[in-house]
Amino acid sequence: MSSENSTLVKLNNAGFKQNDKWLVEGVSLTVEKGKIVTLIGPNGSGKSTTAKIALGIYKNIEGSVEKYTNKVGYVPQKISIDWTLPLRVYDFMLLTENIKDEAIEEALTLTGVIHLKNKNLGNLSGGEFQRVLIARAISKKPELLVLDEPVQGVDYTGEIALYELIKRISDTLNCGILLISHDLHTVMTATDHVVCLNGHVCCSGSPMDVAKNNEYKTLFGEQASQILSVYEHKHDHIHSEEGEIKKN
Amino acid sequence: MFDDFFIRALFAGIGIAFVTGPLGCFVVWRRLSYFGDTLAHSALLGVTMAYTLDLNIAISVFLISSVIALILIQLQKKTNLPGDALLGLLAHSSLAVGLVVIGFLTFIRFDIMGLLFGDILAVTTDDLLIIWTGGAVILLVLKLIWKPLFASTVNYELAEAEGLNPDRAKAIFTILMAAVIAISIKMVGLLLITGMLIIPAAMARNISDSPQKMVIFSIIGGLLSVVLGLYSSLEFNTSSGPSIIAASLVLFILSLFKIKQSIKLKN
Repeated sequence: MSSENSTLVKLNNAGFKQNDKWLVEGVSLTVEKGKIVTLIGPNGSGKSTTAKIALGIYKNIEGSVEKYTNKVGYVPQKISIDWTLPLRVYDFMLLTENIKDEAIEEALTLTGVIHLKNKNLGNLSGGEFQRVLIARAISKKPELLVLDEPVQGVDYTGEIALYELIKRISDTLNCGILLISHDLHTVMTATDHVVCLNGHVCCSGSPMDVAKNNEYKTLFGEQASQILSVYEHKHDHIHSEEGEIKKN
Repeated sequence: MFDDFFIRALFAGIGIAFVTGPLGCFVVWRRLSYFGDTLAHSALLGVTMAYTLDLNIAISVFLISSVIALILIQLQKKTNLPGDALLGLLAHSSLAVGLVVIGFLTFIRFDIMGLLFGDILAVTTDDLLIIWTGGAVILLVLKLIWKPLFASTVNYELAEAEGLNPDRAKAIFTILMAAVIAISIKMVGLLLITGMLIIPAAMARNISDSPQKMVIFSIIGGLLSVVLGLYSSLEFNTSSGPSIIAASLVLFILSLFKIKQSIKLKN
């Protein structure tokens, strides 16, 4: 029973067809409270589609999706803000829910963009905008966070700091996270469960299991599996949001 | 106080400006100006229906515009034609059919110019009642659907993912558009009503840095246009609907200077 109660979203053999072409099919996965599930796979493998199925954006899906929460934070992969909309970072933070000012400032501080609070959204750089997107999603204190390539365009040190932040959020808020990444290496420490997609689920399991998996190796090449050795050396320290190095 | 035709016209215009301000912002943000035109053109059919069936013009226009909006949604689902082609098809065919029907109604004398360009000076106290109560209802509903409508204007999938039901908000907004055209058709006419929606909002965009400010400036712009337009139409003996739109154009041109300044500041 207890595992039933902690389930936030569950996909049963889910798939989505567009113009008679399967974008993704046969995906089963479960996101639970306090757990991070990572979707990896090459371009066009159906990662974003799977996330949108989980979010209920697509209506006519195959299989089924059970969603047990309405408190959702979403960082989409692509979002373009129209010039016709005068929108400051502050207005954007209030987009889907009325949040207290303190919570807005806290979230912007966590992602390192508090100084941009009154800036126009159209004037931000790609990396700054990603940080605002993450801040908006976490400021709602959601039960389910869906992050579609959340650190694209963010510099390398920032990338690692943001993944540390995502891990911390999953721990402190006890929320479930569905994370999409093209790079297993950088998300490895933060992930409980990895689903490797290529139009269907090609393999899944713990990060270590997936990295060792033969199908994963053929998808990403021999080099990708060598991250295991890199991985063991890499994480003897953590980076703060400012990029400073702290020993573990 | 409402005995004087000019005072009635002024209050009618003010009531309409309060509604077209916020709705106009969404028309600009969601790129719906051609959609507004289509609904306005179809209003001619609504007017002819009002005369033949002896209905209230506002109610009749509202019904026809809503039906046209529904037909548009169905056509979008059923055909592969691009949105603007469908809008053009509906706009011009409903205008044409409206004019043909007028030709058959030889027993009624139509003031075609009044229909096309508005006749705000002929506003009655009943019209005022419709404008102010209708306008209040429109604004109240808009306030209720503001969050999902605005969120889906920024990003549809974000709004849908976070449980705001943007499709319902969009459907309700379409009805509000039909309603605003219904209550303002008599004032500015069916060829100019989209101007009343777009020009103050466009002016407001030039001088605003947040959505709330843009809505407020858009309302102020509309109010100023009505007052300036009406007084100048009295002064220069010009037709009132076009004078209001011309006044809003003057405000828009003035707002461009503000843009120039902020661009200079950035460089």
